[in-house]
Amino acid sequence: MFLEAKNLSKHFGGLHAVKEVDFSVEKGKINAIIGPNGAGKSTFFNVITGLHRPSSGQVIFKGDDISKLPPNKIALLGIARTFQTTNLFEQATVFENVVVGHRLRTKSNLFDAIFRTKRTKQEEEKCKEKALEVLHFVGLAHAAERMVGSISQEEKKRIAFALALATDPEIVFLDEPTAGVNPDETEELAQLMQKMVQKGITVCLIEHKMQMIMKLADKIMVLNYGEKIAEGTPDEINNNEEVIKAYLGGSASA
Amino acid sequence: MELLIQQLFNGLTIGSVYSLVALGLTLVYGILHIPNFAHGALYMVGAYVTLTMMVQGGFHYLLAIVISILVVGLISVLMERVVFHPLRDSTPIQHKVAAIGVLLFLEALAHYIWGADYQQMPTPYGQVVKVFDLTFTMQRILIVVTAIVVMILLYLFLKKTYTGATIIAMSQNREGAYLVGINANKVAMLTFFIAGALAAIGASLTSPINLVFPSMGHLVILKAFVIIIIGGMGSVPGAILGGYILGFSESLGATYLFSDYKDLIAFVLLVIILTVKPQGIFAKGGV
Amino acid sequence: MPTLLSKKYALIAIILVAILIPLLSTNEYYLHILTLSFIWIIAVYGLNLLAGFTGYLSLAHAGFFGIGAYALGLLTVKGGMSFWPAFFLAPVITTVIGFFIGLVALRTKEHFFAIYTLCVGYIIYLVIDKWEGLTGGVRGLIGIPGPTNIGPIELTSANARYYFVLTVLLLVVFLIYRIVNSLVGRSFIAIRNDEQLAQSIGISTLKNKLMSFVLSTFFAGLAGALYASFIRFIGPDISNINITFDLLIFMIVGGIGTLSGPVIGTLLIVVLSQQLQFLQDHRMLIFGPLLTSIIIFSPRGLAGMYLTWYYKRKAKKKAQIQTDNASIGGDS
Repeated sequence: MFLEAKNLSKHFGGLHAVKEVDFSVEKGKINAIIGPNGAGKSTFFNVITGLHRPSSGQVIFKGDDISKLPPNKIALLGIARTFQTTNLFEQATVFENVVVGHRLRTKSNLFDAIFRTKRTKQEEEKCKEKALEVLHFVGLAHAAERMVGSISQEEKKRIAFALALATDPEIVFLDEPTAGVNPDETEELAQLMQKMVQKGITVCLIEHKMQMIMKLADKIMVLNYGEKIAEGTPDEINNNEEVIKAYLGGSASA
Repeated sequence: MELLIQQLFNGLTIGSVYSLVALGLTLVYGILHIPNFAHGALYMVGAYVTLTMMVQGGFHYLLAIVISILVVGLISVLMERVVFHPLRDSTPIQHKVAAIGVLLFLEALAHYIWGADYQQMPTPYGQVVKVFDLTFTMQRILIVVTAIVVMILLYLFLKKTYTGATIIAMSQNREGAYLVGINANKVAMLTFFIAGALAAIGASLTSPINLVFPSMGHLVILKAFVIIIIGGMGSVPGAILGGYILGFSESLGATYLFSDYKDLIAFVLLVIILTVKPQGIFAKGGV
Repeated sequence: MPTLLSKKYALIAIILVAILIPLLSTNEYYLHILTLSFIWIIAVYGLNLLAGFTGYLSLAHAGFFGIGAYALGLLTVKGGMSFWPAFFLAPVITTVIGFFIGLVALRTKEHFFAIYTLCVGYIIYLVIDKWEGLTGGVRGLIGIPGPTNIGPIELTSANARYYFVLTVLLLVVFLIYRIVNSLVGRSFIAIRNDEQLAQSIGISTLKNKLMSFVLSTFFAGLAGALYASFIRFIGPDISNINITFDLLIFMIVGGIGTLSGPVIGTLLIVVLSQQLQFLQDHRMLIFGPLLTSIIIFSPRGLAGMYLTWYYKRKAKKKAQIQTDNASIGGDS
C-alpha cells in the first residue's frame, strides 16, 4: 500500500468533520476526492498532510504511521500539498519565490549562512536549479523574472504547483487546484496534472468541477458529512445511487 | 473580616472599570479582528474631556460624562474610518502598527493640550457611607452601580435589538453577515462608537479615585488585553467575567501577597495562560 | 550587471562618508547623536529581522535592549568585570534569556504574540524598575565603563568611540545581509509570507521562528550593551515600551522587511527630531500620524517606496525595449 488512511476521524468539539474514513491512494494515478460543500474534504487533506492531528485512526505512508508527524516532517518524506489560497512574496520575482521550495533537501544552517561556506553555495545553486526546473515543468519559465504581484490568478496556481514540486515529492495533494480560473485554463492545469503523473508523481486532488474530474481521475472517493459514501472509478461513481442522492439532496454546489 | 469585605468591594470597583474597558476592546476585536492598541488612549481622552468639562466648562459631573461619551465615541468612529477602514484587507502587523501610531498621537495630543501633570478629578459624590463598621465612598458605589447598569443596557441592546444583533452576527460570522446583507461599515462604526463610549465611562468613573495623566491608559489597556484573552477574544460575557476576576485578584493580591508588584499579577496571569493555552482559554477548538 | 555595480559604489560611498564625518566636523554634539543613532540602528535591525523578515512583531524589544544594557552595567559595576569580557557576555546573556522567552512566546501567533510580548516587555521593565537591590531601581546604574584600549588601538576619545560603534554597525549590517540572503533567510521569508505553506514545503517553522527570535534578541542585547557603554548611565526607562515604539517608528518609516530600511528610518527620524526640538515632548504629534500613514499608504516604508518605483521603471523599460524591437521587426 502506498498511502492509506485507516479509519480516520477528525472532530472539532462536537462537529465531526471527518468520520471513520478508509481510503487508499493509488500510486502513479490521479486520485480525486469530491463531495458537496462542507463534506470534510479539506479537513481530510489537512489531517493527511499533518496540519491537523487525527482524532482517531491512522495515516500510513509506505508502511509507516505518519499521523502524528508535523507537516514539515511529512513533506520531508515526499508528501507535498497546495492550498486553496497561496500567499506569496508579491514584491519578489516568481523565481525568488520558488527557490525556497527545495530548502527541505538542504542542510545549510546559520553558520553556513554567515560564513557563506562551500556547502551553502552548492546548496543554493541546487535550489536555484530546482526552481528553474520546476518552473519549466509547470510552464512558467518565461515568467520567472516577473514580480509575483503582477501575474495572473492562473499563474499563481502554477507557482503553487511549482513550490510543491520543488520539494521532490512522490505524491502531491492539490486542494481545489482549478478554483477561480476559466475553463481553458482549467483544461491546461488538468494537462499539467497528467504530466505530473507521467513523471511518476502520484496526484490526489479535491475538486468541484465534476466534468473535469470524471475525465481526469482514475479513482474517486466521495465524502458527504465527513463520511465516505462511495469509492471507485468515474463510471462507478457516476452510477452510484447514494452519490446522486447526496448531490441532489445536499447543497447543489457541484 | 472587615478588611476582607473592604478589599472585596475594592475588587468589585476596579473590576467594574476593567470590565467596561475590556468590553469595548472585545467588541472591536470581535468585529474586525483588530487588537486596538489605541483603546487605552481613548480611555485617557475620556478622563480628560470629563475633567475639562467639569473644571473649565462648569458642567455637572454626570453631564460632563455624557459629553465625554459623545466626544470619545466620535474620535473612535473617526479612527475606524480614517485608519482601520482603509486597512481592512491588510496584514495583521499593519493593523497593530497603525493602532500604535494612533495611540502615540493621542497621548502626545493630551500631553500638549493638558500637560504632563497628574490631575485630580473632583466629584460631587465624595460622601462617605457607613454600613455597619464598613465605610464606602459614594463614588465607589456609583462606579459599581453605573457599570452594572451600563452592562445590562449593553446586553439588552445586543440581544434584544436588531442593530445589536447585527453586531453579534458579524462577530460570529463575517462572511455570513455580508451575505445576509448587513451593512458592515455601519456595524463597524457603531461598534467603535460603543467601544469609545465604554472607555469614556470607565475612565470618567474611576478618575476621581485615581489620577488623570497622559499615560494613564497604558496599564489599563494592557490589563484589558489580559482580560479578553482570559475571557476569550471577542466574547462579551468573557470580558465582564475576566474584568471582575482580575479586579478581585488584584485587590486581594495587593492586600495579602505583595503590594509592590500588584500590577504584575495581570501579566503573570497572562504569561501563564498563554504558556499553557497559546490560543487563549476559550479559543474555539481546531483550526 | 550595472545595477549591482552601482549599488556597490553607493554602499562604498556611504561608508566613506560615515568614516569621514568625524574628520570633517568638529561638532561633538552631532557626533554624539550620530553614534547614538548607529546604536539604535543595530536594535532596529534585530526588530526587523523578526518582524520584517519573519512576520512576528515583538513588542518586548526594548526589554531585551534593557537586558543587554543592564547585563553590561551589572557585570562591570557590580561584578567588577572589565569591559571587554562584559561586552561579549552581555549579548550572550540576552540571547539566553531570549531563547527561553522565545520558546514560550512562539507558541502564540499574530495578535496573541504581539500582546504576549507586550506583556513580557512590561514585566522586564517592572523587574528592572522594582528590583532595587540588583538594578538600583529608578536611581539607575552609574559609572559604567566605556570600551578600554586594545593594545595600541585607542578607544577613549569621542572619535574613537564613534568608529568603534560604526565598526560594530557595519558588522551587523554584513551579518544581516548574509542571513537574509541565505537559505536560512529564505526560510524566514517563507514563514512571513505564509506560515502554513512554509511548513507544508518542509520548513520547520518552530526552529526557524525561534532562530529569528533569538537573533533579534541578540542584536537588541548588543545594542543595549553598546548603549550602556556609550552613555555610561542607564535607568529603567531604556526598557520601557516607549523605546520599543521608537524602534518601531524607525523600522516602519525606513521600510519593514528591507535591508536599508533601518538605516534610512533611524537617521531620518533622528535628524527630524533634532530639527523639531521645539516640539520636545510633543514630537509624537508628528511621528504618530507619520507611522500610521506610512503603514497605510506605503507599508514597506521609504525603502519599499523606492524599490516599487525602481522595479516599475525597470519593467517599463523592458516593455519599451520589447515594443521597440517589435516595431523594428515590423518595419524590416
